[in-house]
Amino acid sequence: MTDDGAPLQSGPLIDAHAHFYHAGAGRADWSDVNAARFRAGERIGVTYHVASVLGSYGFSSPTYFPSPVDVTRGNDAMLALCAQEPERVRMFTTVNPNDTEHALREIERCGARGAIGIKLLASRRADDPLLDPIAAIAAEKGMPVLHHIWQHRRREWPSQEISDGADLARLAARHPRATFILAHIGGGGDYMHTFPAVVDCPNILPDLSGSGVDRGMLDAAVDALGARRLLWGCDLTMCTGLAKLRALEVIGLTDDDLEDIRWRNAARIFPDGSFPRCSPIRLDASTPRRP
Amino acid sequence: MTTDVNALIGPYPFRYVPHPDPDVLIRVLDREQIDRAWVGHLPSAFYRDPTQGNAELYRALERFPDRLQPVPTIRPDWPRWRDELRRAASANSPAVRAYPPQWGMGPHDAGMRELAIAAGEHRMALLLTVRFEDLRQRHPMDSAGDLSAASIRSLARAGERVRLVVTAAGREMIEEVHWGLTAEEQRRVYWDISWVWGPPEDHLAKLFRMIGSERFVFGTQWPLRLTQTPRANLDLLPDDVRGSRLAGAEAVCDAGASAVRKTVTSR
Repeated sequence: MTDDGAPLQSGPLIDAHAHFYHAGAGRADWSDVNAARFRAGERIGVTYHVASVLGSYGFSSPTYFPSPVDVTRGNDAMLALCAQEPERVRMFTTVNPNDTEHALREIERCGARGAIGIKLLASRRADDPLLDPIAAIAAEKGMPVLHHIWQHRRREWPSQEISDGADLARLAARHPRATFILAHIGGGGDYMHTFPAVVDCPNILPDLSGSGVDRGMLDAAVDALGARRLLWGCDLTMCTGLAKLRALEVIGLTDDDLEDIRWRNAARIFPDGSFPRCSPIRLDASTPRRP
Repeated sequence: MTTDVNALIGPYPFRYVPHPDPDVLIRVLDREQIDRAWVGHLPSAFYRDPTQGNAELYRALERFPDRLQPVPTIRPDWPRWRDELRRAASANSPAVRAYPPQWGMGPHDAGMRELAIAAGEHRMALLLTVRFEDLRQRHPMDSAGDLSAASIRSLARAGERVRLVVTAAGREMIEEVHWGLTAEEQRRVYWDISWVWGPPEDHLAKLFRMIGSERFVFGTQWPLRLTQTPRANLDLLPDDVRGSRLAGAEAVCDAGASAVRKTVTSR
């Protein structure tokens, strides 16, 4: 908010990559962190937080390899938060594809209660066939899949089975009717590898989130993919989210480009009616729609 | 007055950085309403001998004496480094830069301690860089690693006139160093906020509450990082610490204050 209490940013704004915590997340300050996300969201001017809970965040099973029990508990917590905050929170259903049956059940269960997307962590590489049934149901339901990505995977890293843009591109090519959000170009790894890796996959939209704020990263993303392929988001650092919004305003984008990145691309790829507080979109023939 | 203590010019060896030039920096400072900057020479961090890099830095900043103050690089294991330090002092540099990891210097390197003391005697701060890039994206040949907390503690303990400005540190390192020093030693260390996380984890707010905002200075790490980040972080502070005052660059060292006074007088 400015000194007069108005948000720092005006107009619709959708954070396409957010997380919340819960009592089973193994940290005493979990509700403070959630409150801080809302506080900062109000100050920035976030209209909707599209969020997921990542199991127990390592407390009772690993963050990136959550057990089925933790997946369900986390999704329950996320459903409860959506019920408490229907005006500003939307939900990704988190799944671990190693238990396909459980993953598909969770997608059905949470989808029936209002989840609008699917969250895949780093439990299985993105091009693994185990992800095919999840991508297929995502296409069937018109729910985008947010996939955790390491921008340029050169080797294994501990605690996750990481994927990069090239891995996700192979999955996206097998499922042209599904839409994939490539997570956090500022979230670690070499984003300059990601852009050419996904440029030919129109059903992949990278989000801008992550703590990384390299100068030149946003310009390169827009140059390579265009504003219609990018989603604004924060992930774990909302200060970098605000910094990126301010940077987008000074790198020569048109107002239309800015609106696309701020919210319109999200409104296009999530199910119709997901964001009633954002203005209806007038679609023209050139406007990409959810497949 | 807002001073960016952590700006650089010149290319970076491991990735393309757009327009790392002083005239572009001036335009960025104007746009972001930043009054002045302490400016280092980025390639010098990777030169064996930074002398030529320093000469290039002085030349490049000559046209902007009111806005851009040179922060040359001094390598304390290089012959005649004290001459280079004196040159920095005579150029009204508020600080000098050093890069112990890039030079293979360990946490208790005697030369680094000598440099910290000598810079303090010239009323200049010693500016240290924890990292240039996120560990997860580094070039395979960029194997120097981050500056360690032990290195910073060792330098803070080197002498009472030592003044350190540590850039690009995160919350854990700041806390490890701060609470590993006496109160007197703590007052010798300033931290830039360029890499500290804001909400929802609120690391910056927690540091302000526990350590005090007067231990922090404004820094961006331009041209490597978005200039908008530290101000966004300050704008998102919770109510109880919003409006906290950072230490001014002039508070960091007498030389900085002196340079500021000279410039203000000459305007």
